[in-house]
Amino acid sequence: MKKLLTAIIAAGIVALTASPVWSDGSDELVSNTGGVSSLRGLVEISDINKSEPMKRVPRDQQPIDRNYVQQPPLVPHTTRGYQVNLNANKCLSCHSFKNAGDMGATKISVTHFEARDGTTLSDVSPRRYFCLQCHVTQADAKPLVGNTFQPVDSLR
Amino acid sequence: MLNLLKRLWLVMKSPSSAAMGFILILGFTGGIIFWGGFNMGMEATNSEEFCAGCHAPIVKEIKETIHYSNRSGVRAICSDCHVPHNWTDKIVRKVQASKELVAFAMGTISTQEKFEERRGYLANREWHRMKENDSQECRNCHEFDFMDFSEQGARSVKQHSTALASGEKTCVDCHKGIAHQLPNMEGIEGW
Ligand code: HEC
Ligand code: HEC
Ligand code: HEC
Ligand code: HEC
Repeated sequence: MKKLLTAIIAAGIVALTASPVWSDGSDELVSNTGGVSSLRGLVEISDINKSEPMKRVPRDQQPIDRNYVQQPPLVPHTTRGYQVNLNANKCLSCHSFKNAGDMGATKISVTHFEARDGTTLSDVSPRRYFCLQCHVTQADAKPLVGNTFQPVDSLR
Repeated sequence: MLNLLKRLWLVMKSPSSAAMGFILILGFTGGIIFWGGFNMGMEATNSEEFCAGCHAPIVKEIKETIHYSNRSGVRAICSDCHVPHNWTDKIVRKVQASKELVAFAMGTISTQEKFEERRGYLANREWHRMKENDSQECRNCHEFDFMDFSEQGARSVKQHSTALASGEKTCVDCHKGIAHQLPNMEGIEGW
């Protein structure tokens, strides 16, 4: 009895693994991109394509003009290794009201003292503390896609 | 026993040329072994693994910084910044460092929490030390006289050509946290 059972199970396993019962191979998917080329190029979703070289951030450049009202200005210099955490805020060591004069840096905007409910605090509001959430360093890179956006007259 | 000592004394008192040579050789080799061992000890206690034994969290952090990995592949290790090169200063620092052994036995920074707690105090001592010696350790590698302002960024030049050049400030006054995570900076000048 036991022998018979083992034989049946073994036969079952062989049958299941040896023959691909469910795929007949006729309507196999050739491409899953639909022939559309994206920013990745014309690459299958499942393939890994060659990565772009890392863009470099110039050490220092002139302040970059804003494109629209309320745009957080871009950071015109490197920020490698700058610590912004519970203990220290390297950005504010130059851009705070206290230090900006000495360091010849741009002051942070007064809007940064405003809390969510509109009250003005005596120091930078927690919701504005993590500078790099809104202000990003500008790498030396060409735009990835064309763009015809024009700033309003007052910013030009 | 006493006899043996007496005999030895006699031999020593009346130096034959052979005994003289023997003593000289003994002194010479002894000297070499002592000096070599001493310097080896000084070298061994300068290695990063040695520091890592007690400062594991710090060694982990440093891997993200410019002094661990950079375009030129030149590294600064713990002792480059924390042990003076000058021989006498070095001995003084090593003797001071023996105090760290006591602190180690007391476990002042034996856990991450205790370390975080004490970090502000330790960092302040290190800043103070470097302020006193005009950031000598930094200058061993970065010499002001050889800084090419045309190669530096505008912000660097602005500070280096003024406050640094005039001697009003020294490297660690401006470059805090260059190699480590900073402690709470509230109340520290310039922060
Ligand atoms: C036996 C363990 C041990 C080793 C090994 C060790 N340290 Fe320390 N170190 C300590 C302790 C403990 C403290 C904290 C002293 C205190 O709490 O006052 C400390 C503090 C320090 C400080 C803070 C400054 C100061 O004046 O207290 C520096 C810098 C330092 N160590 C550097 C090093 C370097 C560099 C090495 C390797 C060459 C090293 N240590 C190896 C245990 C050690
Ligand atoms: C480029 C120079 C440099 C290197 C390399 C360096 N340190 Fe420091 N270290 C400093 C400075 C400067 C301070 C003062 C605090 C600060 O600015 O972060 C400091 C502070 C410390 C402190 C006091 C506590 C703290 O975190 O502030 C300890 C402990 C310490 N260093 C250990 C080490 C060990 C261990 C290594 C090797 C893995 C090392 N350092 C490598 C420059 C350096
Ligand atoms: C063992 C030699 C050595 C020592 C000691 C040393 N540095 Fe450096 N430092 C370097 C090297 C190498 C670089 C990276 C150069 C490169 O490839 O850009 C560097 C880079 C720097 C940078 C540039 C950071 C950046 O983001 O570009 C600063 C700032 C700096 N060091 C400050 C210090 C200070 C402050 C000290 C003293 C606490 C110090 N260094 C001690 C070798 C050293
Ligand atoms: C008065 C403040 C101040 C002093 C003092 C100072 N620095 Fe700097 N340093 C700066 C600023 C600001 C920058 C640029 C911003 C940055 O990299 O964080 C800078 C940048 C640097 C750089 C990168 C240069 C570049 O543009 O590629 C090095 C290296 C450096 N400092 C080393 C030193 C050394 C070594 C000392 C001491 C001999 C020193 N600094 C003293 C403020 C100072």
